[in-house]
Amino acid sequence: MSSAAGRIRWRSLRRKAFVSVAIAFLWALYVAAQSPSSGVYAIEGAKIFTLAGAPIDKGTLVIRDGKIAAVGASVAIPADAEVIDASGLEVYPGLFDPVTQVGLEEVGAVRATVDTQETGDFNPDVTAATAFNADSAHVGVIRAAGITEVLTVPGSLGGFGGGNSVIGGNASVVNLGGWNINDMVIERHAAMELTWPSISTGTFDTTTFTFRRLPFDEATKQYQKKVDALSDLFDEARHYAQVLGSGTSDFARDLKLEALAPVVQGREPLLVVAFSARDIRNAVEFCEAQKVRMILGGASEAWKTVDLLKRNNIPVIIGPILSVPQTDDDPYDAAYAMPGQLHSAGVSIAFASFNTSFSRRLPQYAGTAVGYGLPREEAWKAVTVNAARMLGLNDIGTIEPGKIANVVVTDGDLLELRTEVKYLFIQGALTSLDNKQLELYKRFSSRPRPKTEP
Amino acid sequence: MSARADLKSRLWSSVVQVVVALAAFAMGSLAAHAQDDRNAMVIQNATVITITHGRIEHGSILIRDGKIAAVGTDVAAPAGAKVLDASGMYVMPGIIDCHTHIAVDGDVNEGSTSVSSMVNIKDVLNPYDVNIYHELAGGVVIGNVLHGSANPIGGQTVVIKLKYGAPPDELPFPGALPGIKFALGENVKHSNFGGPTPRYPATRMGVEETIRDAFTRAKQYEKDWADYNRRKAAGEQNLMPPRRDLQLEPLVEVLEGKRYIHCHSYVSDEILMLIRVANEFGFKVRTFQHVLEGYKVADEMVAAGAGGSTFSDWWAYKMEAYEAIPYNAALMTRRGVIVSVNSDDPEEARHLNQEAAKTMRYGNLTENEALRLITLNPAMQLGIDRQVGSIETGKDADLVIYNHDPLSVYAVVQKTIIDGRVYFDRDKDIAQRAALAKEKLDLLEKQKSALKPPAKPGTENEQKGKEAKPKKGKETPEAGGSVEGSGR
Repeated sequence: MSSAAGRIRWRSLRRKAFVSVAIAFLWALYVAAQSPSSGVYAIEGAKIFTLAGAPIDKGTLVIRDGKIAAVGASVAIPADAEVIDASGLEVYPGLFDPVTQVGLEEVGAVRATVDTQETGDFNPDVTAATAFNADSAHVGVIRAAGITEVLTVPGSLGGFGGGNSVIGGNASVVNLGGWNINDMVIERHAAMELTWPSISTGTFDTTTFTFRRLPFDEATKQYQKKVDALSDLFDEARHYAQVLGSGTSDFARDLKLEALAPVVQGREPLLVVAFSARDIRNAVEFCEAQKVRMILGGASEAWKTVDLLKRNNIPVIIGPILSVPQTDDDPYDAAYAMPGQLHSAGVSIAFASFNTSFSRRLPQYAGTAVGYGLPREEAWKAVTVNAARMLGLNDIGTIEPGKIANVVVTDGDLLELRTEVKYLFIQGALTSLDNKQLELYKRFSSRPRPKTEP
Repeated sequence: MSARADLKSRLWSSVVQVVVALAAFAMGSLAAHAQDDRNAMVIQNATVITITHGRIEHGSILIRDGKIAAVGTDVAAPAGAKVLDASGMYVMPGIIDCHTHIAVDGDVNEGSTSVSSMVNIKDVLNPYDVNIYHELAGGVVIGNVLHGSANPIGGQTVVIKLKYGAPPDELPFPGALPGIKFALGENVKHSNFGGPTPRYPATRMGVEETIRDAFTRAKQYEKDWADYNRRKAAGEQNLMPPRRDLQLEPLVEVLEGKRYIHCHSYVSDEILMLIRVANEFGFKVRTFQHVLEGYKVADEMVAAGAGGSTFSDWWAYKMEAYEAIPYNAALMTRRGVIVSVNSDDPEEARHLNQEAAKTMRYGNLTENEALRLITLNPAMQLGIDRQVGSIETGKDADLVIYNHDPLSVYAVVQKTIIDGRVYFDRDKDIAQRAALAKEKLDLLEKQKSALKPPAKPGTENEQKGKEAKPKKGKETPEAGGSVEGSGR
């Protein structure tokens, strides 16, 4: 190698090093500006909806070390607290979208950005948190709508997620603030996704954009085959769990059965996605026989199975209720009125988006249901604490001392369309409301106007 | 009987006939008059959101012959008029959806060719599509029924009033200019279809050339006919007229300003492209549809006189929607574009009031600006704003009544009125449900007994019947043939 070449390389290396340092410095500045500062906060003078008791009219909320330290009408403000004057504002627990694919999917039509679903029918061993993209643009966007945590769910979600897998894998509860998934995850194995197989006489083939039709008895056979395989898998998992519990080490490890063990033992809930009344009935029957902790998801026709759900004490995570009726003969408002009907029958409900880019519509779904009969207080709970309870998570969803400080401060009713989020706390950190869309809005708002012609 | 007596009798009879006829005429005209008043309707005590003249508290609207006859706080109800007490309610102009595919019999795409201007949505209107009723229940009264987005130049389109169940000929909005659907971007270049790309164009460059080629041919066609007509008018004999071209005729109408272009578009560069092509050939783009990046080129749209009809907050479902922002409607409005918020979806249409409300949160539109997005603005985009889109004397009585402010998420439509006739009434809908459910059950029973196979055990029929039964006996079979997993 000639010395000239060496010099050039060295110079270029030095230049590269300088550029790198400069970039690192700018990055550090950027990060400092963006970084959530976790510390001590006192939110003062707001109307606080704790959702664990009556609202507090000019209350104070103290946040310390990521947790809610105190809340009440006459709470002393700690000397070290950063005080936020929130008079005229309202405080709620952060919104929780309990079925979404945020973090797993960036642009629906671009496969390289979609990690929602594995190949094959049964994938109980995969886990959503593994593929969660902490830097997804969706995270910032839905945060600005007041969502502080999500259950991000792998699988087909009964077609909402495309494809037709049966067991999608472990859904994870994730905080929407932090540096990477390790900071953000609340529970990696919060629920196992199972899309109940449907008797489908027609399927849409997305590669050819055509419908394929099957005779009903053929479709029934295919359905039964899948359900039989599912039953066998659960039986095996139960036996496997027995072996695991027996203390012996004399067995061949099986990762799929190992992943299902907590489900058949009732430690991890089974989120069963089913839409039609027939599918719901069949799924309930299966779960009763398998003695698993069922949460029903989707549930478009749950209004036809209210008694069954009540009798079996099955909570429901309702899919997007802004939906036209399933059949022409259903009442036009069947989907809008269903949450109120389920609630008044004593069935526990939560709302979910079943979507990525529509995750921010969560309060709109709950608000619509209020118009058609769901009490407003229950609607608030159905976008916060109810889903947390279904998943057995006791440290999110309400504003009570000791809970994770996921809190949203708004300028009005949590469910109203014009309400704006003013402050957002995730794990006690005051979190930026900036996002891709707000940046584009600001940038193009400041585009110089064309000169008016003389 | 003598001749005189006979004459007398005939005279009397004539007199009686005349008197009877006169009386009948008088009664008839009286009856007709009373009918008129019975046809009148007054909505009283509502908050009237006029769109053009602010909100009127405790306002009334007099409707006569399908038109708004009076609006204000001191509108007297004529004798015999139907009075509708709307205390605590809100009345606004019926919602106009500038992008819909309902009321279409079958597929909305003639996707086999890249220029399908010969087909017409108007030919396949289905007034019994239940989505019409569902949308009435969401306050929608008018829809711009569009061809799909499978081709750069798609089919002809039509504006309809949602007169559920009326004959197909009565759906189109009288006098509204017809339209034609154009489309740009990923759908027309088949980006997301998987498999090999089957046809030209496969890039946005090719989309431009497809449209330029079509208008080059249309211009020639227009000229051929103009030449023919000129020579014919000059008295030339034995002329052969140009061959009629059904693909180019609608494009000539576009060039002549007799047909509106509604163009499906997403990213800013393709919007600029169509404006450039429009300038080259001398036509106008009436609206850009979806136009999710309209906020980037709003000034150029204003200069081209093009409107923007967009979604409220859809984004990221495909690459060309990745820079979509919910501030789009507000930002385009602030820049001077006439903007509407549309549905493109039978459910989205049912809550367009909610979608419009989002523009107050994303971009700070005022209440009235937000509601204009689904009333007067789409009327302007469709060229029907002299008849509809606001509550003013002389305009069509197309109204929707809510129980709360329509910009609230809690608002529920109570009544929807088209041309003075109530097409949706929530109370009536609820009251009818039990009877309809029973009727359906009775019909199913009837069908079941009619379809019962002859009692021969082991026939193929019966075996099929057995399998087709749902697992748990009790419920009636899922009627209506719902096809699960059919993909939304």
